[in-house]
Amino acid sequence: MELFATALPALGEAWALILQPVVLGYLVLGVVMGLAVGVFPGLGGIAGLSLLLPFMFGLDPVLGLALMVGMVAVVPTSDTFASVLMGIPGSSASQATVLDGFPLAKRGQAARALSAAFTSSLFGGLVGALFLTLFIVVARPLVLAFGLPEMLMISVLGLSMVAVLAGRVALKGLAAAGLGMLIGTIGEADAGGSLRMATYDIPYLTDGLQLVIVGLGIFAVPEIVSLLRQDRSIAKDAKLGAGWGEGVRDWVANKWLSIRCSLIGVLVGVIPGLGGSVVDWIAYGHAVQTTKDKSNFGKGEIRGVIGPESSNNAKEGGGLVPTLLFGIPGSGSMAIFIGAIALLGSGDIEVGPSMLRDNLDITYSIVWLLALANVVGTLLCIAASGGIARLTTIRFTYLAPFLFMLISFAAFQSGQNFEDILALFAIGLIGIFLRRFDWSRPAFLIGFVLSNPVEKFSNQAFQIASFRFRDSFDAGISYLFSPIVIVLLIVTVVSVVLGLRQAKSIMAEGEVQSGSKRAPIVFLMVIMAYVVTALINANMIPDYNLTDKIVPLVIGAITLIALLILLVQMILRPETDAVFADKELAGEDADAPYGLWGTLAWFGALIAATYVVGFILALFGFLIAFLRVRAQAGWPKTAILTACGIALMCVMAGALNRDFPPGLLQDAVDLPWPLK
Amino acid sequence: MTIKQLAASVAAATLIAAPAMAEVDLSGKTIEWVIPFSETGGSAKWANFFAPLLSEELPGNPTVVVKFMPGAGSTKGANWFQEQEHEEGTLLFGTSGSTQFPYLLGDPRVRYEYSDWVPVMASGTGGVAYLNPTDGEKFDGSANGLKGTNFIYGSQGATRLDLVPLLAWEMLGMNVEPVFGIKGRGDGRLMFERGEATIDYQTSSAYLGASADLVAQGKAVPMMTWGALDEDGNIVRDPTFPDIPTFKEVCQATDGCETEGEAWDAWKAFFIAGFPVQKIAFLPAGTPDDVAQTYSDAFDAIRNRPDFAERATQQVGEYPVFVGAGAERATKEGTTVSDEAKAYVQNWLQEAYGVSLK
Repeated sequence: MELFATALPALGEAWALILQPVVLGYLVLGVVMGLAVGVFPGLGGIAGLSLLLPFMFGLDPVLGLALMVGMVAVVPTSDTFASVLMGIPGSSASQATVLDGFPLAKRGQAARALSAAFTSSLFGGLVGALFLTLFIVVARPLVLAFGLPEMLMISVLGLSMVAVLAGRVALKGLAAAGLGMLIGTIGEADAGGSLRMATYDIPYLTDGLQLVIVGLGIFAVPEIVSLLRQDRSIAKDAKLGAGWGEGVRDWVANKWLSIRCSLIGVLVGVIPGLGGSVVDWIAYGHAVQTTKDKSNFGKGEIRGVIGPESSNNAKEGGGLVPTLLFGIPGSGSMAIFIGAIALLGSGDIEVGPSMLRDNLDITYSIVWLLALANVVGTLLCIAASGGIARLTTIRFTYLAPFLFMLISFAAFQSGQNFEDILALFAIGLIGIFLRRFDWSRPAFLIGFVLSNPVEKFSNQAFQIASFRFRDSFDAGISYLFSPIVIVLLIVTVVSVVLGLRQAKSIMAEGEVQSGSKRAPIVFLMVIMAYVVTALINANMIPDYNLTDKIVPLVIGAITLIALLILLVQMILRPETDAVFADKELAGEDADAPYGLWGTLAWFGALIAATYVVGFILALFGFLIAFLRVRAQAGWPKTAILTACGIALMCVMAGALNRDFPPGLLQDAVDLPWPLK
Repeated sequence: MTIKQLAASVAAATLIAAPAMAEVDLSGKTIEWVIPFSETGGSAKWANFFAPLLSEELPGNPTVVVKFMPGAGSTKGANWFQEQEHEEGTLLFGTSGSTQFPYLLGDPRVRYEYSDWVPVMASGTGGVAYLNPTDGEKFDGSANGLKGTNFIYGSQGATRLDLVPLLAWEMLGMNVEPVFGIKGRGDGRLMFERGEATIDYQTSSAYLGASADLVAQGKAVPMMTWGALDEDGNIVRDPTFPDIPTFKEVCQATDGCETEGEAWDAWKAFFIAGFPVQKIAFLPAGTPDDVAQTYSDAFDAIRNRPDFAERATQQVGEYPVFVGAGAERATKEGTTVSDEAKAYVQNWLQEAYGVSLK
C-alpha cells in the first residue's frame, strides 16, 4: 500500500520528534497544568488553552504541541475527581460518570471508583491513539459518509438512552427528557432566529442556557443541598473502604467492556458536529445493556464508571480527525487548538486537508503526544486518588460553602453574566425537585444536550431531503435511508426495546418511597404549566419560520401527552404507587436534621449578596457566616478557611485572567481588583 | 464620504508612519483586548494573532491579554463597550462584520454607536464562491447557464455575512436555497464536500486552507470572488486570487444583472462592511489623541514588520491593514450605509426569508 509506505516513515519521524527530553518536559508541564484546571468543575480545556495561548507565538511547533496536547488530553481525566467525589459533573464528558461514581464515593469506595475510572481513561486514550494511527490516513471518506441524516440518527441513538435511564416509571423519564429538550430550545433559533421563551428585553435568554450551568444545576446543586441537610460526610460513617488497587482489578475484570467503549468513543468522536456530549451516555447505555445483573446501576456499579470513562478519553483522539483533516473543530477546545497551531513556529503548519500530505509527521506526533499525556496524567491521578479520596470523609458542612463558591464561579465563567448564577440557581431548583420526586435527572440532561443537535439536523436533513425528492423519489429515499442510517435505526430500536425492559431495575435515584399525593401532583402541574406555555409560545412563531417552531411543537406535544397520562394515573392510583415517589417522605432526606429551604437559603443569600456587593465581598461574608453559624466553627478555623477560599478564587481568576461577578456596589464605586 | 477619500487617507496614513512619538508609556500595564465573541471564532484568532505583536510594539511593552465577552451575536459585548470610558488607554475592543451588520440593519438589540468610538486599526478579507463540478461546467464567466438549476447552500443565517453571497446570487438570477442554522463556514464546506450543498463560499484564508484543495482535485470549480477595493474605491480583482473573476465581472456578463442602481448599491455597501473592512479595533469614546496615536503607531509598526506579510497571509489574508486616519475612514465606510440601501436589504430579507428585525 502506497499509503503505508508514507505513513510508516512519518510515524518513525513522529516518535523521533516526541522522544526528546525537552519535549517530554513540556508535555509533563502541560499535563500538570491540565490536571490543575480540570480538577475544578466547569472550567475545562477552553480555559486552560486560553491560558497557554500567549506563550504559543513563535514557539517551536513540537514544544507548543506538547504543551497544548498535554493539557487537552488530561482534562477529561482529572474532571473525574469532581464527578466521583462530589457528584459534580466536571465537564460534559463526565456526566454519566456521576451516576455510579458518586454512589460509590458515598459508600466509601471513592478510591476504587477513581482508580477504575483513571485506568479506563488511560486505556481509552491508548486505544484511541492506536486506532487513529491506522485510521487517520483513510478516515476522510468515512467522515464524509456521515451526512445530516446519519448525524441525526446518532443524536437519536443518544436520545434513546433515555429509555435505559428513564427510571421506574417510564413516562416520567420521557417527560423529563421532553422537558430537558424544551429547555434546550430556549433562546434564538439557529435556523430562522425566532425567539423561543425569550425576549430581546432579557438578552441573556436569547443565547439559551449553557450546558455547564444545566449540568451543574441538575446534578451538583441537588446533591450538595441534600448532603448539607444531612450534615454528614460524603462517605457514610466517614470510612474509606476499598483502595485504589481494587479499582485497577475492577478494570482488568471488565477490560472487554473498556475496549468496546473506547471504540465507541473514537468513532463518535470522529464525526464532526456532534462533539463529545453524547459519547458518555451511549457508552453508559452500552455498559448497562451488556451487564447481566443490572440491579446495581445508579447505586454504585463499577461498570457504570468504566464504560463512560473509557469512552471519553478515546473521544479526544477521535475528535482530532475532523480537527486535523478538515480544519473543523470537534469542540470548543479544538477550535482554540487550531488557532494556536497557526501561531506556532513560523506559522507554516496549517490545519486542514493539507495536514496529512505536508505534515504527516506532525499529525502522528499529535496523536502519540495525546497517548503519552494520557499515560502521564493517569499515573499522576492514580497516585493522587488515595489522598484526594479522603475529602469524602470530611464533614460535608465544611466542604459545602467551597462547593457553592466553585460552582458559582464556574457558572459565571460560562458567559460572564450575573444571570449565569441566577440560571444556576433556577436550574438547581428544577434539579432538586426532579430528584425529590424521582423524575430521571439523566433523562432531563440527555434531552437538554441533544435538543440542539436533534433540532438542527432534523430541520436541515428535512430541507435537503425535500430538494432531493423534488428531483426524484429515489434520490430522496436513498438520501434519507443510507445503509448507515438503517444500521443506526436498527441499533436504536433494539436499544429502546431492551432499555425499556431494563429501566425498571436501574434506579438512578435509589429506592424512593411513595406516600402522599399532593406534592407530586403539584410538581406535575407546574411542569405541565411550563410545557403548555412553551407550546403556546412556539405556536406564536409565524409559519414562514416553520423550522423554528416545528421541533418545540412536536416535543412539547409529546411531553404534554406523557404528562396528561401521568396525571390520569395519579388520579386513579393509590398513594403508595411508584408515580408518587417522594424523597421527603422517608429515607435520608426526610430524616435530615435541616430543612430544604433553610439550606437552600444559604446559597440564595450568596447570590443575593453578590448582586449587591459583588462576588468576592459576598463570598467573604458568606464564608464567615456559614462557617460560624451553620458549621459552628470557632473563629480561628473560620478565619483560616475563609482566607483559603478567597485566596483560591483570586489565584484561579488571576491565573486565568477572569473577572468576578460585579454587583451594584461596583456600578457605583470603582474598586481595585479583585473587588471590582 | 467617498471611497476615494478612504483610499487617499490610507495612502496618507502610510506616509505619516513616522516612528512612535512615545509620550505615552504603558510599561507595567495590562491591556485588555475585549472580543465580543467566544474563544473559538475568527475574531478570537484575529486578536490572538495581533496581541503578542502589539505587546512588542507598544511603548513600554505592556502585557496584552485577549478577553472574551460572547453573547447575543456580539451585541452584548458592543453594548458593554458603549458604556466604557477612557481611563488609562488599557482597554481595546474588537468588532467584526457580525457586529456591524446588526448595527447597519437596525437590530433591536443594538445600543451602540460606532461613531462614538475611536478606531485605531481595521483589516479586511475577501471571499470566493465556488460550484460543484457538474454545474461548474455550465459556468462560462456569466451565470446565464446556471439560471435553471436549484442550488443548495449551507448558511449561518440571512442577516449574517451570508447576506453578501445570497444577495449576489439573487442578483445573478440564480435559484439558491439556503439551509440555515449551520455553525460556521467550515460546516458549510463540509456539507458541500458531502454533496449535500451544491454551492459554497469561503473567506480567503479558509478558501486557501481547504477549498483550494477541492478545486485542485476537480471536486469544485471557483465561480467568483467578491473582489477588492482599489485606490479609487472601485471593485477590482482580489489580489489574492487574480485569476478568478469578481462578482462585478460576472454580473456584467450575466443577462439582467446590473452593476448600478439600488440593488447594486445595497450589495456594495454591505460587501464593504462585511469584507474589506471586516474587523476593527477600537479605543473607547473620549480617548485622547496621543493615546490613539500611540496605538496607531504600534499597529503601523506591526504591519511594517518584515515577517508580517508571511504570517498575516494565513491568519488575516493578504489584505491591507488600515491604521490611524486610514482606519477612521475605513470604519466610516464599513459602518455607514445609505437609507435606501438599508431599506432595500431589509425589504429583501423580509420578502425572501421572512426575516424582520423588529
